[in-house]
Amino acid sequence: MALGKNGLVDPCEIDDYIAHDGYAALAETLATQTPAQVIETIKQAGLRGRGGAGFPTATKWEMAANNITALRQAAGANGHGAPDTYGYVICNGDEGDPGAFMDRSILEGNPHGVLEGLILGSYTIGANVGYFYIRDEYPLAIEHMTRAIEQATAYGLLGHDILGSGFDFHVMIARGCGAFVCGEETALIASIEGERGMPRPRPPYPAQAGLWGKPTIINNVKTWTYIPLILLKGYEWFRSIGTPNSPGTAVFSLVGKVNNTGLIEVPMGTPLSHLVNVIGGGVLNGKKLKAVQTGGPSGGCIPAELLDTLVDYESLGNIGSMMGSGGMVVMDEDTCMVDVARYFLAFTQIESCGKCVPCRLGTRRMLEILTHITTGKGTEADLQTLEEFALSVKATSLCGLGQTAPNPVLTTLKYFRHEYEAHVREKKCTARACRELVSYSIVADLCKGCSVCVRSCPVDGISGDKKQPHVIDPEVCIRCGSCFDVCRFEAVMKE
Amino acid sequence: MPVVDKCPHQNMNEIAAILKNQGTGRDACVKVLQEIQGIFGYLPAAALQYVTDHSQITKRQIYGVATFYERFRFKPLGRHHVQVCRGTACHVRGAPMIIDAVAEELHLHGVEDTTEDGEFTFEKIACFGACALAPVTVTDGQTRGAMTADKMRKLLKKIASQAKTAHATDQPCPRSTMPTN
Repeated sequence: MALGKNGLVDPCEIDDYIAHDGYAALAETLATQTPAQVIETIKQAGLRGRGGAGFPTATKWEMAANNITALRQAAGANGHGAPDTYGYVICNGDEGDPGAFMDRSILEGNPHGVLEGLILGSYTIGANVGYFYIRDEYPLAIEHMTRAIEQATAYGLLGHDILGSGFDFHVMIARGCGAFVCGEETALIASIEGERGMPRPRPPYPAQAGLWGKPTIINNVKTWTYIPLILLKGYEWFRSIGTPNSPGTAVFSLVGKVNNTGLIEVPMGTPLSHLVNVIGGGVLNGKKLKAVQTGGPSGGCIPAELLDTLVDYESLGNIGSMMGSGGMVVMDEDTCMVDVARYFLAFTQIESCGKCVPCRLGTRRMLEILTHITTGKGTEADLQTLEEFALSVKATSLCGLGQTAPNPVLTTLKYFRHEYEAHVREKKCTARACRELVSYSIVADLCKGCSVCVRSCPVDGISGDKKQPHVIDPEVCIRCGSCFDVCRFEAVMKE
Repeated sequence: MPVVDKCPHQNMNEIAAILKNQGTGRDACVKVLQEIQGIFGYLPAAALQYVTDHSQITKRQIYGVATFYERFRFKPLGRHHVQVCRGTACHVRGAPMIIDAVAEELHLHGVEDTTEDGEFTFEKIACFGACALAPVTVTDGQTRGAMTADKMRKLLKKIASQAKTAHATDQPCPRSTMPTN
C-alpha cells in the first residue's frame, strides 16, 4: 500500500504515476466530494498518524478545517477563493530516527503519491499553501520532490484553479538542517519560520495556531501516501487490512543483526516474530536473538521472550515501546543492552534543544550514569538513580523528545536488568561490547603466526615472530578490535 | 559594503543573489544560511556580515540558528570529507569501532573536526538512511556499506598518500583561504 508504487513507477515521470491510477483520487475528489465528505471517509477508514503517536488523522483535519473556515469567514472571504494564507498543510519528511529510512524511500521512489495526498489534504481543510519539510541528509528525496512539483504544476495539478475546480494550491520545499527535534511539529514550524527549531507547549495545537500562527496540519510522509489510496479504493478496503483499532498497514525498516535487511510493509497486527524470523530470515550468522528495538530513540527494546507481541499502536505501547515512525532494529547476543540505552541517550542528549530543564539536564545526568556503568565505574545505587531520573524526565519534559527519551532506558532496565547488574557488580559486559570492559588475547594453539593482526594493530601492540604464536600487550592495547576483525583463524579471543 | 576578500570566489554578488531570491526578512534566515553553505561549504564571516548589513536578519539570529542546527559550520571543510554514520543500525553493526578508528587515524579526538593540515574533515552523521547497508561511511561523496575499522584505516591511509603526491603541484584551494570566524 504505502510502498505499493515504489519500484513500480518511475519517480521522475508523472505520466508513469498517472498510468498507475495516479491523481485519479484527486480528480475524482475535486469533482465529486466536498471537504466534509473527505473528512468523513478518512474518519471511517480509521487512519491514524504514521509519525509514531497514532493520532486519528480525521480529528486533526476536522479541527484545522473548522478553524480555517472561521478565520476565512471573519475576514469576509467565502470558500475556496483567491490564494490566501488562512492555513497550511505540511508534510513531515524530517525522518530523524537513526535506523529508519521508510520516508526517504517513499519520497524518493513515489514523490507524486505523497504530493497527491498533500493536495487532497489542503483541499479538505481549505488551505492554499503547503510545505514539504525534508531532511538535508536526503538530497535525492529533495531532488525528486522538486521535479514532482514542477511536473504537477505543468499539468495543472498544482497552482491556480486545479483541474478547473476553482481550488488553488501552492507548495514549497523546506530543507531541514540536521536537528532531530525538528520532527516534533512545533519545532518543525519554528524551523520553517527561519528560527531555531525549538518546540513550544501545546495547546494551542498546530491545527489551532501553527505556521505563522495559522491553523496547520502536519502529517508524516506515510500518512499522506495513504490518503489518495483510501479516497480511491474506499474506507472499507482500508479497514479490511490490519486490526479494528489500527487499520491499514505498518511500514518498517527492518535492520540490524538480521539476514534480510530492508523495508517491509505488513498488515497491522502481524506478530513481531513473523517480521524477524520469516521476513527477516532470522538472526544473522545463526546467533541468538536478544531484542528488537522499535520506535528509535523514543521507543523501547522488546526482549526475545515477547516476540509474539503484535505490531500495532496499543500492543507495542503496552509493553513500554512504541510504534514509532517505523525503525526496527534487531539485536543479537553480541549487542549490549546497557550500551544500547547509552547510545540512545547520547543521541537524545545531543539532540535535546535545551529549552526545558528536565530534558536538557535530565538526559545529561542519565547519560553520565550510563557512561559510568558501561565503563565499569557504576554502582548499584546508580541503577536506582537512573530509574528515578528516567521517570521524572518522562513525566515533566515539554515535548515528545524529552517525554520519550527515557523509554530505551526504562525498557532495558525492565527487561535486561541482569545486564546492568553484571556491569555494576562484576564489571563485566556479558555481550562483550563495552570497550572498557573487554580484553583481547591470542590463543597460542590457534595462531598461525601470519602477522596480519600485527599489521592491522594501530598502536603496535602485537608482537611475535613469523609462524610463531603472537602476543597482545595488554598495557598497549586500546581494545579497538582490529585484530579480532582481521584474524582468519579465530585465534583472537575477546572476553 | 564590507571589505571583500580578494579571492574571486568570495565576491558578494552570490550573496546578494541569495537575498534577492529568499527575501530579506527574519524568516529567510535558515534558507539564506543553507544557500551560503551550499556555495562555500561553510559560513564565511564576510558573507554573514553582508547578510546582516543587507537584511533584517541579525547577527544574534544567525549565531542562534547556526549553532542550533548540526549542519551549519563556521570553519571550512578539509580537502577530504569523511563521514561515518552513527545511526542505530550502524551502531549495532560496529560503527563505534569505525568512529574510533577514524579518530585515531586522523588524531581528531576532541571537538576539532578538521586535521591541522586542512586535509581531512571528520563528521559523525545521525543517519544517512542507508541502514540496510550498515555500517555506512561516506568519503568525498562516495558511499561505502559494510565497512570495518580496518578497511577504513586502509582507505584513509590511501587518501593521505595520494594527497601527498598530488600536493606537490597543487594550487592552494581558494575557498579555504577565507578567514575563519
